[in-house]
Amino acid sequence: MNVNYMLSFIIVLALCLLSYLGGEAPGLRYLFGIAIPYLAIVIFIFGFISRVMGWARSAVPFRIPTTCGQQKSLPWIKPNRIDNPFSKSAVILRMILEIVCFRSLFRNTRMAFKNTKTGMRIAYDWEIFLWVAALAFHYTFLVVLLRHLRFFFDPVPFCIQILEFFDGFLKIEFLSNVIQVGLPGIYISGVILLAAVTFLFLRRIFSPKVRYISLPADFFPLFLIMGIAITGIMMRYFTKVDIVGIKEFTMGLVSFSPALPEGVGGLFYVHIFLVSVLLAYFPSSKLMHLGGIFLSPTRNMTADTRATRHVNPWNHPVKVHTYEQYEDEFREKMIEAGLPVEKKE
Amino acid sequence: MNDKKLIITGVIIFIFILIFPFLYNLGGTTEFIDPVLSEKAKAAKFCVVPKEDMKVEHMQILDVWRDTVVRKGERVYVNSDGKKFTMSLSTGENSCLGCHNNKAEFCDRCHDYASVRPYCWDCHTDPKEIK
Ligand code: HEC
Ligand code: HEC
Ligand code: HEC
Ligand code: HEM
Repeated sequence: MNVNYMLSFIIVLALCLLSYLGGEAPGLRYLFGIAIPYLAIVIFIFGFISRVMGWARSAVPFRIPTTCGQQKSLPWIKPNRIDNPFSKSAVILRMILEIVCFRSLFRNTRMAFKNTKTGMRIAYDWEIFLWVAALAFHYTFLVVLLRHLRFFFDPVPFCIQILEFFDGFLKIEFLSNVIQVGLPGIYISGVILLAAVTFLFLRRIFSPKVRYISLPADFFPLFLIMGIAITGIMMRYFTKVDIVGIKEFTMGLVSFSPALPEGVGGLFYVHIFLVSVLLAYFPSSKLMHLGGIFLSPTRNMTADTRATRHVNPWNHPVKVHTYEQYEDEFREKMIEAGLPVEKKE
Repeated sequence: MNDKKLIITGVIIFIFILIFPFLYNLGGTTEFIDPVLSEKAKAAKFCVVPKEDMKVEHMQILDVWRDTVVRKGERVYVNSDGKKFTMSLSTGENSCLGCHNNKAEFCDRCHDYASVRPYCWDCHTDPKEIK
């Protein structure tokens, strides 16, 4: 037992119960189905803007790119153009690779004592599973999110239909008295999303080092997303919901003429309430790395400090007296005293 | 700093993408037209299971029907009211399309709206289409 994850777990569980009751009680449906989702979107947008603009306002006193390669210097020394970006275009390339492939996470290593011939020694292993799970998690989240756009557009855009086609490639058919898989067709992204988020959670529980540095703020989003995925999967494959009714409801939401769906049970309200909580919580949480990754000074600056001077915007305008000016002032005296000067009248 | 302009542009693009569904639907949305019951279905009055269950579970019923026909060779389904149905997508009077003989205004209307494309029609046919 650990206070950090139990706390987050209990909070998410309480949120689920609350919204389930809210969905089952006719009087509260308006609140949970319409008012809270709108409020959450507004909080998300303004919170997001204010966080990013806060970062934009802060000065960058130093040029601090983290580099993993040779800087451009003498012509006969081979520079690493991407890992030590010298130009803007190299920075852009490096940022794209970081955002799309999580390149720095790919280099993740694990330190452990290893028994070797020369005794116990510290060894660094390449640890790829975090990268795999993170990549799977983020991409399936994106795909699930994009697939949900079918609820917000009518007719459904062709690109979303293509996505659904490829996401539904897994035509597993399995039929028994207890469980029935096959129709509606399985979307692999939803399943992988749940699996990946579960892995990310178990990693925080079972690895003592990671558990030690994990806070409720690390577990809360994981439980939240787990809850969203579980309720979504329940609705699609097990308890079933009236998709057409829900689409009429979501189309109402995006066209500002909301009307509650009839005959849709508590589980759907849990799903959208957890989504609303996620949206509202987003700007004030670590999830803001969505915007933060673009503004990381260790990633988005050129490593060209030897060639161009970085001026700290916080610098007080200092009055400088350059050597040229100094020499101009004292030239005659310096020549008289026999000191070397650069310009001899 | 000139970074600020870049950041603001980025934020504006992000927010635009985020609220795009709202902008797109500003002009109002097309109303969903309820699926039309065929004359034959109207006369029959009752589906395989009550309408509310049918709405959400018809694909699972079809799945069970398919399994029962292909694996067990039974072709008749008796529902809780004792009514008999031919366990078939489109063959016979008492099959899905036998009764709902207006696929385009019935099945397809929901499916198009919800962006579902059952792959069944890769092999099975709507009897109307082949006539
Ligand atoms: C009330 C609207 C509605 C009507 C009418 C309707 N369907 Fe559906 N059908 C749906 C929805 C919604 C889904 C998708 C459910 C989901 O994604 O969870 C679906 C899914 C299916 C699927 C599974 C497809 C897949 O790949 O997931 C089949 C098969 C199917 N319907 C057959 C039929 C047939 C045959 C008819 C006509 C006799 C019909 N349906 C009429 C709404 C409807
Ligand atoms: C004997 C005729 C008959 C057969 C066979 C039949 N249905 Fe129906 N179906 C009906 C009737 C009548 C209704 C309307 C029931 C009501 O309004 O209570 C209906 C309703 C439905 C609905 C809900 C429509 C809505 O507006 O929400 C779906 C979906 C559906 N049927 C699909 C199917 C599928 C799939 C099959 C084959 C497995 C099938 N039906 C077989 C007569 C039939
Ligand atoms: C690869 C081709 C193929 C596809 C795709 C396919 N079926 Fe079939 N289906 C068959 C064949 C072949 C039979 C056997 C016909 C018979 O014995 O009468 C059959 C039989 C059935 C039957 C019982 C017999 C009848 O006349 O309908 C049902 C119900 C059925 N399929 C439902 C479905 C549904 C629902 C889907 C889509 C989710 C589907 N099938 C997709 C080929 C296919
Ligand atoms: C207001 C926003 C949302 C609404 C109205 C909504 C609604 C729904 C509905 C109705 C289903 C059932 C789909 C079906 O039966 O075919 C579903 C499934 C699902 N939802 Fe959501 N959802 C929303 C946001 C999200 C978000 C942000 C996530 C997180 C990624 C998410 C994750 C899932 C998952 C994993 C499923 C399982 C089925 C699948 O893979 O499509 N949902 N959602």
